Amino acid sequence: MSDVAVAVTVNGERHELTVPPWETLLECLRDRLGLLGTKKSCDVQVCGACTVLLDEEPVSACTLLAFEARGRRLRTIEGLAEGDDLHPVQEAFVEHGALQCGFCTPGMIMATVALLQENPTPTPDEVKHYMRGNICRCTGYKSILEAILAASRRLAPGAETGRGA
Amino acid sequence: MLRPFELAEPASVGEASALLARHGEAARLYAGGTELLLAMKEGLVHYDYLVNVKTIPGLGGLRRDGDGTLRIGAAATHRAVERDPVVREHFTALARMEADVANVRVRTVGTLGGNLCFAEPHADPGALLQVFDATVRLERAGRARTLPLEALFVGPFETCLEGDELLTEIAVPPLPPRSAAAYLKFGFLERPSVGVAVAVTVADGHFADARVAVGSVGPVPRRMREAEAVLREKAIAESPAALEEAGRLAARAADAVTDLHGSAEYKEHLVAVLLRRAFRQALASLGVREPS
Ligand SMILES: Cc1cc2nc3c(=O)[nH]c(=O)nc-3n(C[C@H](O)[C@H](O)[C@H](O)COP(=O)(O)OP(=O)(O)OC[C@H]3O[C@@H](n4cnc5c(N)ncnc54)[C@H](O)[C@@H]3O)c2cc1C
Ligand code: FES
Ligand code: FES
Repeated sequence: MSDVAVAVTVNGERHELTVPPWETLLECLRDRLGLLGTKKSCDVQVCGACTVLLDEEPVSACTLLAFEARGRRLRTIEGLAEGDDLHPVQEAFVEHGALQCGFCTPGMIMATVALLQENPTPTPDEVKHYMRGNICRCTGYKSILEAILAASRRLAPGAETGRGA
Repeated sequence: MLRPFELAEPASVGEASALLARHGEAARLYAGGTELLLAMKEGLVHYDYLVNVKTIPGLGGLRRDGDGTLRIGAAATHRAVERDPVVREHFTALARMEADVANVRVRTVGTLGGNLCFAEPHADPGALLQVFDATVRLERAGRARTLPLEALFVGPFETCLEGDELLTEIAVPPLPPRSAAAYLKFGFLERPSVGVAVAVTVADGHFADARVAVGSVGPVPRRMREAEAVLREKAIAESPAALEEAGRLAARAADAVTDLHGSAEYKEHLVAVLLRRAFRQALASLGVREPS
C-alpha cells in the first residue's frame, strides 16, 4: 500500500482524495484544499491552533494523519458561518474582544463549538478544563472565557437568539 | 515534515504480528500516533512501515465481565474510557484520571494502549491501574500471555513486549466492597511530575487493605509494597501517623530522579504529601471520617 484513498466530507462538501500516508491533516487542509483558516503553531499538540472537528470531536490537525479522515466528516473554521451570518460562537468572540492577533482564534472557536455540543451549559471551571490545551499568546484568557460563556447562553436550548449547535 | 513511510492495515492480531516479525526494526505499531508521530517529526526515530492497530477488529471496545472486571481494548482512546458510563459508575477514579490526561485533542486520538506501550515515565495511567491490580494481555501469532501491568514496564520507554507482540487488552478487576481508589498528580509542565494512586478497603474501622502506586517520579510506575504493609490492618484512628510513615517509605522507594520536572528531593516530598491527600480523598468517598 502506498497512497491512501480518502473520501471525506469537509464542511459539508464531499472530496475524493488520494494522499500519501505521511501527509498530516493540516497539510492536506491547507496545501491541498486551500483552507487556510486552520493554523500551525507548535506542531506538537500543545497549543490548539490547528484544532478541527473530526466527526464533531476536536483533534490536532498538525499531528493527525490525513488518511484518518477517510469516511468521516471534518469541520474547520471555514465551515461555521452561513453566508454572511457568523456562527454564534464567532459572534461572541467578536463582541467580547476575545482576540487580538487572531492566530489562536480559529482553534479556540472550533474547541468551543465542540465543548458546547457536548456540554451546552458549562461552568467556568468546566470551560477552563476543556480549553486547557488551547493557548493564546496575546489576549489573555478573561475575554475568551467570557465569550465562551456568552456563546453558551446564546446557544443553550431555549435561548432566544442564535441557532442550535 | 514527516519522512515517507508505508502504511500497513492488518485485519487481525496474527497479521499484524507477522508484519512486525517480517520487517523487524523497520516496522512499528501505530495507534493514535500522538507519541509516535511527534518522535518521527523530530527525526528521533524513523520507520519504513507503520502498522495501524486500529484496523484490527475488537481492539477498540470496552466491556464489563460478569464478575465485574472491566476489559479495555488496547486501542480504546482516553476519551472513550473517560466518557464510558460503566467506567464512570464503577471505576470512578479511572474516569477522573483519564479526564485529566493531556488535553482534549490528545485524549480524542491517543489510546490507553499506546500510553502504556510507550512507557514514557511521565504518564498517569500506569500508576492508577496498578492499584486496581490491572493485567495486560500480550498477543502475537499463535501465543497470548497475561501479565500484571507492573511487569510491562521495564525502564523508561522500555517494555517487556517482544518485537512481534501487541498489547490487546487491559483488564481491570473491581475493587472489593467498601473500597475506593484515588489518583492525585502534580505538575507544572504538560506532563505530570508526580502521580500517586491509592486504593483502600475498610472494615470495622480498619484498613482491611491498602494499595499504593507511584508514577512519574522514577523510571517506571511501581507499587509501593512497604508503604502498603505499614497501613494494612491499622485502625483508621491511627491513620495520621501511619500515613506519615507510609508516605516516607513510598518517597524512598519511588526511586526519584532529578529531571526537567523537578529535583528528586522535591518529588519525594510531593509523594508523601499526595499519598496522604489521596488516602483522605478515598476514605472521604467511603464516608469514613479520618482523625486529623
Ligand atoms: C501534548 C501531550 C500531552 C500529554 N500529556 C499526558 C499526560 O498528562 N498524562 C499522560 O499519561 N500522558 C500524556 N500524554 C501522552 C498520551 O497519553 C499518549 O500520547 C497517548 O496515550 C499515546 O497513545 P497513541 O495511541 O497515540 O500511541 P502511539 O503514538 O500510536 O504509540 C505509542 C507507542 O506505543 C506503541 N503501541 C501503540 N499501540 C500498541 C499496541 N496495541 N501494542 C503494542 N504497542 C503499541 C507504538 O508502537 C509506539 O511505540 C501527552 C501527550 C501529548 C502529545
Ligand atoms: S499546531 Fe497543532 S496543537 Fe499546536
Ligand atoms: S489572539 Fe493572538 S494568540 Fe490569541
